[in-house]
Amino acid sequence: MMGPVLRATLMKAVIVLLCFGMVAPIVIVAIASFSGDGYLKFPPESFSSQWYARFLGDQRWRDAILNSVVIGLMTSVFSTLLGFLAAYALVRAELPWRRALMSLLLTPVIVPHVVTAVAMYFLSARMGLVGVRPWIAVAHSVVAMPVVLIILQSALRTVDPALERAAMVFGCTRWGVFRRVVVPLALPGVVSAALFSFLTSFDELVISLFLAGVRAETLPVRIWNSLLLEVEPTIAAVSTLLILVTMLALGADALLRRMRGEGGALPGK
Amino acid sequence: MSGGASVALEAVTKRYGTETVVAGVSLAIPAGEFFTLLGPSGSGKTTTLSMLAGFVIPDEGRVVMGGQDMTQVPPRGRGLGMVFQNYAIFPHLNVAENVAFPLTVKGAPKAEIQARVAEALAMVKLTGFEARYARQLSGGQQQRVALARAIVAHPRIVLMDEPLGALDKNLRFHMQVEIKEIQQRLGMTAIYVTHDQEEALTMSDRIAIMDGGRIAQMGPPREVYEKPDSRFVAAFLGEANLLDVTRDGALVRGPGGGAIEAGAGQGTTLFVRPEKVTVSAAAPSGGPNQLPGQVLHASFLGNVVRYAVDVGQGATVLADAVNGPGAVLHAPGAPVTLHWRAEDSRLLAA
Amino acid sequence: MPLSRLTAWLLLAPTLLLLVLVFLVPIGWFIGGSLAELGTLSEIWEEADAVLFSGAVGGAILNTNWIAALVTLLVLLIGYPMSYALSRAKGLVFTAILLCIVLPYFTSTIVRTYAWMVLLGRNGLINQILLGIGLINEPLQLMYNRTGVIIGMTYVLLPYMVLTLYAAMKAVDQRLLQAAEGMGASPATVFLKVFMPLTLHGVIAGVLITFILALGFFVTPALMGGPGDIMIAMLIEREVELTYNWPTAALMTIVLLTVTLILYAFYARISDQGEARR
Repeated sequence: MMGPVLRATLMKAVIVLLCFGMVAPIVIVAIASFSGDGYLKFPPESFSSQWYARFLGDQRWRDAILNSVVIGLMTSVFSTLLGFLAAYALVRAELPWRRALMSLLLTPVIVPHVVTAVAMYFLSARMGLVGVRPWIAVAHSVVAMPVVLIILQSALRTVDPALERAAMVFGCTRWGVFRRVVVPLALPGVVSAALFSFLTSFDELVISLFLAGVRAETLPVRIWNSLLLEVEPTIAAVSTLLILVTMLALGADALLRRMRGEGGALPGK
Repeated sequence: MSGGASVALEAVTKRYGTETVVAGVSLAIPAGEFFTLLGPSGSGKTTTLSMLAGFVIPDEGRVVMGGQDMTQVPPRGRGLGMVFQNYAIFPHLNVAENVAFPLTVKGAPKAEIQARVAEALAMVKLTGFEARYARQLSGGQQQRVALARAIVAHPRIVLMDEPLGALDKNLRFHMQVEIKEIQQRLGMTAIYVTHDQEEALTMSDRIAIMDGGRIAQMGPPREVYEKPDSRFVAAFLGEANLLDVTRDGALVRGPGGGAIEAGAGQGTTLFVRPEKVTVSAAAPSGGPNQLPGQVLHASFLGNVVRYAVDVGQGATVLADAVNGPGAVLHAPGAPVTLHWRAEDSRLLAA
Repeated sequence: MPLSRLTAWLLLAPTLLLLVLVFLVPIGWFIGGSLAELGTLSEIWEEADAVLFSGAVGGAILNTNWIAALVTLLVLLIGYPMSYALSRAKGLVFTAILLCIVLPYFTSTIVRTYAWMVLLGRNGLINQILLGIGLINEPLQLMYNRTGVIIGMTYVLLPYMVLTLYAAMKAVDQRLLQAAEGMGASPATVFLKVFMPLTLHGVIAGVLITFILALGFFVTPALMGGPGDIMIAMLIEREVELTYNWPTAALMTIVLLTVTLILYAFYARISDQGEARR
């Protein structure tokens, strides 16, 4: 028989180990990216920024960064704008088939990205849209929309409808109510939604793989293409950049929530 | 000062699906009146107020303000002030910005906004709180902000939706007095919704009591209190004795068979307020409106002693005796005679 | 003042339009258009019969199910104690555990896969450690085979399971557990008879979502798998990218999509019930 104390300690050890296992790969890649050795080795025997120099010195990688950022920003603005209107309607209106509608709006997460990507490619190839950055952003918006809707719906639910009525009585048009009351109150949620939709686009691989062509290669696509050849160390540097962007986004989101005095609520719950 | 404007509802009806929430309500409120819509929850008073505010468009009938048809006019076009149930203070704006809101939306000049906000805040005694946010204010202070915001633009009509519902009793009494004072000073027409009958009686020039989407009775507080037209109104406003009586030709008889004379009315339910009933140890003298009975219990409320008296046939009458000089306390079980004046009682339809 | 139906639909219109025009229509068009190339219905049927029961596709379907099931099981076994710990943790410990789950969750799949490729390679950390402690004499082949696929996918999918389970566990009323303990139940009994049944809908939801996502997985098996680990999503990609064989891709898509949507319908049911319970 194990004593309860021993059991609790064992349980704790398992949890610590699992948590460590979750972050270790990411941390190791980040450390290895500063390796001064000729090939990727952990722990590195010497440190240098050679892989970053190689990464940033390469015109194709620099183009990929630019493409990723541009597409990410466009996705962020587009999906947050559309999502805000839709989330407002979903929160405020009594719609028939609301649950079914919500399930439909969330399907892009469920449908395998390969299927979505192939189908979009089928359409884009026929319309000459392959390699067009705004179009890739529109495609990314489809897969970013579920996250955006979930975040914005929960943000808008915290806005008391009585405040909107008050604004209307005191002279606001519908648009005025939006501008003066709804948007300012939902602003942390809006920024959150913008951050996560940017991240979704920035990290997206499969759809970009089909739609990017050679003109609009994004960072994940570039990683993919070089990984197919070899596990080259430059990618550790690129990966670290992507991890850094993720951390920045999560940090900014946490900061926003703290400012609003909310707990660490996560999208997807 | 701006003064008030008249308000009228003309046979206004609102349905949600198959349910009729407001059924053909008509009322006319002269300028400057303090008018209260009183009723239990679900009586249609909130929907009626929403139609006045413009949040809800009636299915039938007209909403008229200051002689103008406002039925289809959106809320922003009605020039109203309004105090909301939970104050609806904008959490992202401070006190001054909240109070200034109606003026800011209109695009009033900065100097004018400042002057008016200062004036409104002074009126609700909140000068010095300009930079605070709602979460830094007590319930009573939030109430004052809401009130200041409602009057800052000098509206001719102010709607108030249970504005004091969230306050404790003492504060509520204070605010009743202040609201009434401000309303009179500015001469605005006030339409006040509450389910609290005491509040309605204290503050109103006239009260409309609503029940099931209709106005059950409308009139000055004293009139509706003392001369209810129905059991519902009698029971809803304060304590009421409602006794089943029988008609014997022209004669009306009470529970013990004694003769009853009532001030008015034709029904078979006798209405009389507990404070109008006197309790004495003497035997009945043979006149009308005298009921013999036995004290069931006596509740000592301080200034008043409330008796519950069994008058036979399962009927109980409440009687409030003022605990004045030389007042006698009747012990439970003691035989007593109840009496009231004919003009203090009414016969209501069952 | 609720929004009127008309206003609501107008506000929803851009999003719905996006979903329809850039998502539903392309999928429909891709499937319909590709199949139309095959000719009549009976010809399509024949082709479907030939393609889906051919060795390669049949094998891939089998692989896909087998890998998805194994990964889901592993994810559940690892995820359950993690979510349990998360649902009981408070303050800094909670934040730490959450961060360990959320950081990978929001990191690009390809980066996460790459990280494991670094670890599992012939000269990777794992092999170095195993060689170092003398457990093995020569490096193990941990990648470009089934082992690599399973490890990589388990890692990538774990956060989905943990977050789903966490939501269900957080909703369990602590007082119920205390009541059971107060009535003399042992911790094991409380766990088995009270906690497990109360979180069962979360487990089912988590298993479904993990399995659904695993079925359509592409990046990780493509990079970490060997020739014997072809999954259906990879096959679809290859048919399109390499051979431009749209009809075959469409037939496989139908199979994958049908299974996915049926499972999703179950998932939606379960999570609705979970919500209603709260």
